[in-house]
Amino acid sequence: MAQQPEQPRERVRGREGSPWSGLWAVVAKEMADHLTGMRMRILEILIVLTAVGTVYAATQNLRETVGQDPFILLRLFTTSREPLPAFVGFLGFLVPLIAIALAFDSVNGEFSRRTMSRILAQPIYRDALLLGKFLAGIFTLALVLATIWLLIIGSGMIGLGVPPSGEEVARSLWFLLATIFYGGIWLSVAMLFSIIFRQPATAALASIATWLFFTVFWGILAGVLAPILQPVRYGFPEEILAQAQLELTLTRFSPNTLYTEVMLALLQPTVRSVGLVLPIQLHGAVLGTPLPLSQSVLLVWPQLTGLIAATILLFALGYVLFQRQEIRA
Amino acid sequence: MGELVVETHDLTKKYGDLVAVDKLNLSIRQGEVFGILGPNGSGKTTTILMLLGLTEPTSGSVRVLGLDPARQPLSVKARVGYMPDEVGFYDELSARVNLIYIAKLNSLPRAEAHRRIEEALTRMGLHDVADQPVRTFSRGMRRRLGVAEVLLKRPQLVILDEPTQGLDPEGAREFLNIIRSLKQDGITVLLSSHLLHQVQAVCDRVGLFHRGRMVLEGSVPELAQKVLAGAYHVWLQVEGPEETIREALRQLPGAQDVTREDHNRYRVVASEDLRAEAARAVVQAGGHLLSLGVETPSLDDIYARYFEEVHHGTAT
Ligand SMILES: Nc1ncnc2c1ncn2[C@@H]1O[C@H](COP(=O)(O)OP(=O)(O)O)[C@@H](O)[C@H]1O
Ligand SMILES: [Mg+2]
Repeated sequence: MAQQPEQPRERVRGREGSPWSGLWAVVAKEMADHLTGMRMRILEILIVLTAVGTVYAATQNLRETVGQDPFILLRLFTTSREPLPAFVGFLGFLVPLIAIALAFDSVNGEFSRRTMSRILAQPIYRDALLLGKFLAGIFTLALVLATIWLLIIGSGMIGLGVPPSGEEVARSLWFLLATIFYGGIWLSVAMLFSIIFRQPATAALASIATWLFFTVFWGILAGVLAPILQPVRYGFPEEILAQAQLELTLTRFSPNTLYTEVMLALLQPTVRSVGLVLPIQLHGAVLGTPLPLSQSVLLVWPQLTGLIAATILLFALGYVLFQRQEIRA
Repeated sequence: MGELVVETHDLTKKYGDLVAVDKLNLSIRQGEVFGILGPNGSGKTTTILMLLGLTEPTSGSVRVLGLDPARQPLSVKARVGYMPDEVGFYDELSARVNLIYIAKLNSLPRAEAHRRIEEALTRMGLHDVADQPVRTFSRGMRRRLGVAEVLLKRPQLVILDEPTQGLDPEGAREFLNIIRSLKQDGITVLLSSHLLHQVQAVCDRVGLFHRGRMVLEGSVPELAQKVLAGAYHVWLQVEGPEETIREALRQLPGAQDVTREDHNRYRVVASEDLRAEAARAVVQAGGHLLSLGVETPSLDDIYARYFEEVHHGTAT
């Protein structure tokens, strides 16, 4: 055979075939694993118990205000009764927990089971495997959250005896969507760690540590950092304002902050600003009048896109690392 | 001479300073069973991964079934079956479900997948346990499931990394029969092993690896010829006058060396099987032939001898 003089290995990136062939096979297999696995069973029980408990407590509180409040069903999510926090409060940490549980061993698990080289020897690209696992996680999360959503709306209708208004349904659906994206961030965090660490336990720990950092310490850190970076020297109101603004910006690097703001605006129609509120901004506004849904969505649009962008960024980072990884365990 | 199924040209893989595979020139013809043999760490798995496009070569070129695994990975992987060493499955899923997943990844139509899965399971003797979780499988059963999976593709080339490692002698023998049956189907087989004696019986040709280089290549008798300077050791037990018998044996065409081991046991090193000729010569020389036999040299002998020589060669 005539050997062409080999050209120096330039990366020929015109890849053969579709990078997504096999994607849906991976999604189907992974979803089946998630939905039949013991891990999900436990989390489902946990989240259903939480939903039932908090919504029951909220119903008790809301009984008196039925008829006065046009958004009574949304209150189901946000009303708390001592000593329980509101359902959304629970979601703030249940969703990361579920997402991490779904993904912390997604890649390294294939290595430790010694299935990785066998799967990648099939006619698929690594792209399909990684994205398939991610999508399966998102779909599972969506399925679980949608079930809970139905459960809450349904039990609210029964408990309070009012049908949901179109506005309420639309708002809570947006909220559902935002919650799924919030889960997406933690899914890609856990997946990233499952690519970096060969031990699933290490990956789980790293994911939880990251979550703790943003939930507990980031707020404190922002409070410490802001005065250092933007000190108030002369006590001008501009200075104080700038410092507060910086602190707010810093806290927004935490997905928890973004999610909380989105949640506030979507579930409490009267919220007209999610940042610092200056008296001038309230000028002319009738306090207590609810915003239309489109305005509320517009208000937190940056936060929503921020959640999605962070998810994509983290996934892309994992993708790059995974492409370079030696497939030998 | 058949078509070339695998062809590499100066294939090299470096991990930092470590040269895992060093300028490998390998050609495997259609229908052959080729054994990559060598101790642990000699570069067998790395070679295999490069053939499949699962690891990128540092330099050199690879052709598998006429395709470049780096540029046409999907076509290569659709035609080549690969069973990694210590093959793993999804333990909580049944054998059949494991195979269904692989069939889907290969985009086989449902009916065709079903047919091939049943066929492969039956052929590997796993039909009765097909719905049990793989967790319950023995190591030998897992290997057979690995072959069943490989068969789903109807592959032209099958690559088996350490297929007999960790199997008991019975299991290993069984597995060698499976390899023979693949050959009978016209499938080219590339297998690797660090246990030379286990696989020498099935390999048409072998390549002996040492520190990333293929130091010897050929059929087992060829290698014996090259390294041991004579492929066959014929031994005879003869009663009679020693010198006459020795002389008669030495006269045999093809005999390279005659030694007397015991009082009536002789050994003839020859380039071919001289049993019949030796018997006739001994009897004609007036000896009483009690028994005779032939030892084909094992790869272990060849390997040991080769490195002895290389060692001495470099030392002096
Ligand atoms: N990912 C890796 N990084 C660094 N060195 C490696 C890597 N994989 C294999 N090696 C080294 O390459 C050499 C060849 O390994 P391998 O091909 O697995 O040998 P074999 O399969 O013959 O036992 C060994 O010395 C091994 O340590
Ligand atoms: Mg190996």
